[in-house]
Amino acid sequence: MHPELTDNIARRNRTNGRFRYLVIAGSVITVVPIFLIVGNLAIKGYRQINLAFFTKPAPDTFQAMMAAASGEIIPGGIANGLTGSLLMVLLASFIAIPLGLMTGIFVYENGTRRYARFIRSLTEILQGVPSIILGIIAYLWVVKNITRGYSALAGSVSLAIMMLPLIIRSTEETMRMIPIAIREAAFALGTPYYKMIYKILIPVSFSGLATGVLLALSRILGETAPLMLTALGSPAVSFDVTRPVSAVPLLIWDFYNDPNMVSLVWSASLFLMFFVLSMNLLARSVASKHKYI
Amino acid sequence: MNNTPQSENVLEIRDLFIAYEPGRYAVKDVSAHVRRNSITAIMGPSGCGKSTLLRAMNRMHELYPNIETKGDILLDGQSIFSMSVIELRRKVGMVFQRPNPFPNMTIYENVVAGFSLNDIRLKKSQRDDIVENALRNVALWDEVKESLYRKGTFLSGGQQQRLCVARAIAFNPEVLLLDEPTSALDPIATSKIEDLLGELKKKYTLVLVTHNMSQAARISDDSMFMYLGELVESGHTNTLFTTPKDPRTEAYLTGKFG
Ligand SMILES: Nc1ncnc2c1ncn2[C@@H]1O[C@H](COP(=O)(O)OP(=O)(O)O)[C@@H](O)[C@H]1O
Ligand SMILES: [Mg+2]
Repeated sequence: MHPELTDNIARRNRTNGRFRYLVIAGSVITVVPIFLIVGNLAIKGYRQINLAFFTKPAPDTFQAMMAAASGEIIPGGIANGLTGSLLMVLLASFIAIPLGLMTGIFVYENGTRRYARFIRSLTEILQGVPSIILGIIAYLWVVKNITRGYSALAGSVSLAIMMLPLIIRSTEETMRMIPIAIREAAFALGTPYYKMIYKILIPVSFSGLATGVLLALSRILGETAPLMLTALGSPAVSFDVTRPVSAVPLLIWDFYNDPNMVSLVWSASLFLMFFVLSMNLLARSVASKHKYI
Repeated sequence: MNNTPQSENVLEIRDLFIAYEPGRYAVKDVSAHVRRNSITAIMGPSGCGKSTLLRAMNRMHELYPNIETKGDILLDGQSIFSMSVIELRRKVGMVFQRPNPFPNMTIYENVVAGFSLNDIRLKKSQRDDIVENALRNVALWDEVKESLYRKGTFLSGGQQQRLCVARAIAFNPEVLLLDEPTSALDPIATSKIEDLLGELKKKYTLVLVTHNMSQAARISDDSMFMYLGELVESGHTNTLFTTPKDPRTEAYLTGKFG
């Protein structure tokens, strides 16, 4: 071989080697903080996690202070936040999932029409709107005009608006992967249009749709800012959608602001993180299980 | 259903023009007929309008929103454009170029998909009969009877295509349209499908698009030769292959183009 060529190969190998180390170093730098966060939360938070943590509402300052002073674990838990989150997430899903799926399918089916293109760009814009602004919007719509006061409904609306663009986009992208031949096969059997959608398109793309929904859910579970302007928070467990409710992230914020409850910050965060993580894992397993396309 | 004796021609195509874009005809002034219980092959070079003509026969071409159609197609004397598409497509089934079983359905469900997708309720025993019959008719029963509840997409390409034929004939249509059904298959699977078509014509009327001349010669009774959207020549396959009237047909048959 020509000497210059061998030289060249040796140099390339060196560059390759260096680049590999760079990539490995980069991935370590990203992974380490994740483990630090989880480890930190686990060490500081595990002590508070017991049955009462899930069944009792948040303690008041005085109880917490007494417990902290005598070195006991703080009584009470996050039941009010848990129920509030559940209520609002359910309600938000109730609004956003059907609306998002229908809009996503509409945009996909009418991809080239002006109105559909307009909706698609609107969706992209909506995805970039800071969540606090969605809170302000829900405040203006719902708090001011409908429930006339802070309410779970207002919180749900702000969360639903956050979910919408995520679901619409994932729906459209999932539908796009279905081969045209599958639709044609359905039409050739005399299937009416709407049945083709709900008996073929939706089942065939089920895993993609479900993944989109689960990722949207895991996204809103940790949202705090819009809830401050809408759901406000409540010390008691409540299922009244027209009244203020708490939420897990709102509680974390409350705990943080009370020097006597700091240890609850870690426990609640640990729980929230764990929950969102399981949601993501669930999304993955669903995505691989019902995959047809 | 009328009880008048059925005429020999199942389909009558009359002065048919089809354009995807205004003024640009993919099918130009085509008149032809399709005889009952025969195989009619539509041949011609790629892009000459074979698929468009075939898809018009069960109005699948209307899936393109801007399509323009003039002329008429009669099924048993009745204009297909005056029927509901749903009724029409039950009478005129279709098999596509690439096997396309529904990926979310089992083999069993695929065969009866035409019923379930149209909310036609059947007893379990009726469904079982339809599935077994259709699969026997496509010579697939023995191969899949142990795995009816597996997904259809696990089958080989040739088996999938036979499953798609079974799905189309489960409705017991009058006409079966096939758009290059073997072009994605290997020679062995192809010859199985060809044998199958020979059997199926005893019960159904088949219209087959093919760019494979020897396939047309092997299995068809009648042939149509299309060129640039026009129907150049049609008639008995034997006559058309041995004594073509139009020089363009002759050129095609001798491999001058296409
Ligand atoms: N969806 C479509 N939009 C516009 N033109 C089309 C479309 N499909 C087919 N055509 C045109 O119509 C003509 C006939 O196409 P086709 O019927 O598919 O031919 P073949 O099946 O003989 O290859 C071609 O010129 C093709 O470019
Ligand atoms: Mg074609």
